[in-house]
Amino acid sequence: MTAAAARLVGLGGHRLRLRALEVAGEVADPEIPVLSIADLGVLRDARLRDDGGVEVDITPTYSGCPAMNMIAVQVEAALLEAGLPAPRVRLVLSPAWTTDWMTDAGREKLRAYGIAPPAPRASRRALFGMDEELACPRCGGTDTEKLSEFGSTACKSLWRCTACREPFDHFKCL
Amino acid sequence: MTSILVARDAPPLLLHTLRLADTALVLGHRLSEWTGQAPMLEEELALANVALDLIGQARSLYAYAAELEGKGRTEDDLAYLRDAPEYRNLLIAEQPNGDFARTVLRQLLVSAFMLPYWHALTASRDETLAAVAAKAEKEVAYHLRHAGEWVIRLGDGTDESRSRMEDALDELWPFTGEMFETDESDRALIAGGFAPDPAALRPEWDATVARVFAEATLPVPQAGTWMQSGGRRGVHGEHLGHMLATMQHLPRAYPGAAW
Repeated sequence: MTAAAARLVGLGGHRLRLRALEVAGEVADPEIPVLSIADLGVLRDARLRDDGGVEVDITPTYSGCPAMNMIAVQVEAALLEAGLPAPRVRLVLSPAWTTDWMTDAGREKLRAYGIAPPAPRASRRALFGMDEELACPRCGGTDTEKLSEFGSTACKSLWRCTACREPFDHFKCL
Repeated sequence: MTSILVARDAPPLLLHTLRLADTALVLGHRLSEWTGQAPMLEEELALANVALDLIGQARSLYAYAAELEGKGRTEDDLAYLRDAPEYRNLLIAEQPNGDFARTVLRQLLVSAFMLPYWHALTASRDETLAAVAAKAEKEVAYHLRHAGEWVIRLGDGTDESRSRMEDALDELWPFTGEMFETDESDRALIAGGFAPDPAALRPEWDATVARVFAEATLPVPQAGTWMQSGGRRGVHGEHLGHMLATMQHLPRAYPGAAW
């Protein structure tokens, strides 16, 4: 038994659950490493299974997000390393992930990293002309224009600031 | 690798799930064929991203179909080991990409249907389908907007782009009727509250298409055009077989291959 596991012996189910959430929550998103999966709202819940192992729920940002497999592996590895018993990751689809779940701290980290964060309330089912005013994450100017609805990953669109001339990614509202 | 039969004689919920999965996968694969060939970098990324969303939706649906079938098969078995007559996708999804005009028009016509379809399916009594629909609805809203912007730009563009968009419309319009078809299997699910009636979504589809076409200065084809049908019953044109040959070659030639 590792030292970490030894410390966990005797913890009740509730505290194990909190510890699992704490450990899993620190796992970084593989594509936007400044964000943890807790910042993103991808980490949903944790519980103690009947067989004594811990189970952590994660939800995909997009159906085809290729980072999900890697996140699942990293969460299991982090839980194992922290000595949590027989960790398992479960992929849940409902309720569907929304950018509304991204924490304020997460939004600020994104901006500092050079990615314009999503608006606090996601716009949905919009056909045309619904682009919000977007501030450039580098200079703060709002004289910006969308280059493409789709960017370097499924969750981002591509923009340009006409003031500082820098292109930047925008984490799309979903 | 031996082909498997799943859709034939499938109960309504399994068949419905396969039909949705097949349309998503076939359309997603078609879009992925643009990778490395798109007219510009932004579109390269956009088409690949839309493809990724669709293939992701297909994965969730195939995983559920495998569970419903209960024979221990996986999402990969369902995608890679069924021949064309086993596929139940809409015919419009398997139509070749053609030029960029045809690809974005196909995406508009399908997305304008799938947006209200997924929205209605979020109210399904089947929790898994409702959950998949809730995710897919949000994704397809972006696909629709993106495709709509291109149809407008090309329809109301140069003589060349307009003539290409008109050709695309002639080519694709006869495949739109199939989206609103229902058979006995569908009607059982609709009556039970498991799936929406596609005919009820027709007004929203008509309105979306009319709005985009008006901005694109394209004529909405007259009602009563003869419509193609068959994909949902496993009757396909020649194109699907060629697509599956490419898509399925590796897992069939090297069963269990992994990297």
